[in-house]
Amino acid sequence: MLPDESGHFGPFGGRFVPETLMPALRELEEAYREACKDPKFHQELDYYLRNYAGRPTPLYFAANLTACLSGPKIYLKREDLNHTGSHKLNNALGQALLAKRMGKKRIIAETGAGQHGVATATAAALCGLDCEIYMGEEDIRRQQLNVFRMRLLGSKVIPVASGSATLKDAINEALRDWVTNVSNTHYLLGSVTGPHPYPMIVRDFQSVIGRETRQQILAAEGRLPDAIVACVGGGSNAIGIFYPFLEDRRVELWGAEAAGLGLETGKHAASLSAGSPGVLHGACCYLLQDEDGQVRHPHSVAAGLDYPGVGPEHCYLKTTGRAFYEAVTDKEALAAFQLLSRTEGIIPALESAHAVALAVRIASRMRGDEVLVINISGRGDKDVQEVAMILEEREVADGC
Amino acid sequence: MGVERIVAAFKKPQKILAVYVCAGDPDLETTSHLIPALSAAGADIIEIGVPFSDPIADGPTIQAASQRALSSGTNMRKVLELLEEVRSRDENLPLLLMTYYNPVFRYGIEEFAAQLQEKGGDGLIVPDLPVEEAAPLRSALHERGLTLIPLVAPTTPEVRLRTILEKAQGFVYCVSLTGVTGARSRLPDYLRDYLQMVRKTTDLPLLVGFGVSTPDQAAQLAPLADGVVVGSALIEAFRRSGLDGAVRLVQGLRAGLDLDSDGHITSGNTIRG
Repeated sequence: MLPDESGHFGPFGGRFVPETLMPALRELEEAYREACKDPKFHQELDYYLRNYAGRPTPLYFAANLTACLSGPKIYLKREDLNHTGSHKLNNALGQALLAKRMGKKRIIAETGAGQHGVATATAAALCGLDCEIYMGEEDIRRQQLNVFRMRLLGSKVIPVASGSATLKDAINEALRDWVTNVSNTHYLLGSVTGPHPYPMIVRDFQSVIGRETRQQILAAEGRLPDAIVACVGGGSNAIGIFYPFLEDRRVELWGAEAAGLGLETGKHAASLSAGSPGVLHGACCYLLQDEDGQVRHPHSVAAGLDYPGVGPEHCYLKTTGRAFYEAVTDKEALAAFQLLSRTEGIIPALESAHAVALAVRIASRMRGDEVLVINISGRGDKDVQEVAMILEEREVADGC
Repeated sequence: MGVERIVAAFKKPQKILAVYVCAGDPDLETTSHLIPALSAAGADIIEIGVPFSDPIADGPTIQAASQRALSSGTNMRKVLELLEEVRSRDENLPLLLMTYYNPVFRYGIEEFAAQLQEKGGDGLIVPDLPVEEAAPLRSALHERGLTLIPLVAPTTPEVRLRTILEKAQGFVYCVSLTGVTGARSRLPDYLRDYLQMVRKTTDLPLLVGFGVSTPDQAAQLAPLADGVVVGSALIEAFRRSGLDGAVRLVQGLRAGLDLDSDGHITSGNTIRG
């Protein structure tokens, strides 16, 4: 079972944080392990996932996309239909209930595109917790709608001006807050990144995606899929759908990273494809860094993928060869964004559009009797304005 | 020399003043002038900060200093060269590097330790490397007679203190508060009990850092520990009033440390240079 006792996935993961936080990470791990053994905790979480978040989300047979690509049968796992519009709520609900259990009155979180921020603000409103969310000034400018949603939900959004004023810097600031207020505050981290136990806890809360998918595809097809595709920034939706299939060696697992303007331009967020091992935000992982170990600014059209590191378990799955990772450019993602909108009437998040684009690539190598599942991690409403601006400069791509 | 230089420093009949300078802020030449001046003004140990892009344990002052240092092209190789230069001019001054783990990890742990020794460094402080992850770096340093200074925090439980201090050498860096680096107007109330607990656990000297900025605070801390570490306040003094300002602050801190609890100057050096 990974991670090991000290939070490592092979050489990756671990806990690289100031000493002040080490007891808090221990406390969190213990509280989590106790909660896992408590049937009441599971009942409570299941109750909210079903009645509040709207789970299970459908596994939808995308007949039109299947016909369009004339490859395998394509199914979409509809995390876009989860409450708040993305998979992020699965983890936010789990951790908010955990924070309540631990007697913490205040939660903090980081957010890039605002999806995790909105999910956290939602869970905080539900659980009656004070909530402050760190967000880069640049992202605040790009995601006004989500900023307003968080405020409407009763959370405070704290602008972060340091560094590149994006997700990486928001995490730095959240960690600094946590170091300062650790006695009454839970840091509700949003991806499978950061120090142990976060990669494990977030994976476990997101694994509901894969568990449902497994049941649903067995019901629909009477067998497991041949391939599963998900986008990877930090990697929480991908681990969530991959994890319950890890032992099923015949199921190929594919992660789509953000190639941004192209790997060769250096303006991308493809840590696994083009990074090297390093330590950021408490974990050893593949990292975009210069030769001196300074962290480089990532780029992606999808704010949720715009992160220079990646979850340690993905690093492990890459090095063991259990999962494959390929990078998808902004341009390919924008084409896939339009493709899914036109063929299926589903506007995916730009992050999820990366998974769709990689699925298009993989589908061309698959047979008609094979089955492929794409995790649609979120809906694209938040991106429509930005895509409209980009597409004004170009021709709208043709669908099938 | 390595750890022995640090041990020797603590044999002085006075409280120890360690100062943090951010190498390359605003350029490396400035830092190479600053270090001897601070030593002459009464600093006993110099911590040379190697800037990192994402300094999660640091407040706004050191964050900004790190950014200025990175903008001036500072990197590990150049800081090691600076270290060599400073060492060539002062054989006895204890010199530690302080940086986050990634620049060291990226440089290569063995290669880094070898270079640190070759250039005349005595040890290293890494604020994001807890004891659980520290073994490879600590071994590489210890093999060469260099030290990895452990940090403890007010949140560290007693049993964990023992684990942390088991293999420690040099001194213990006691983080004064739960928070990031940066000047504070007052020291936390729990400081006395916390430092007493650390004192019970180890025979190593204790230096208190984070939030220490004024001669008054140094005087308050002097009876509770073996000395203090000052960083952000020094950076601010230098920004405000240049080398003179930094030197005056160090002289003031020195004087604060050398006062006994009745406000008298104790034996040993008071203001040098």
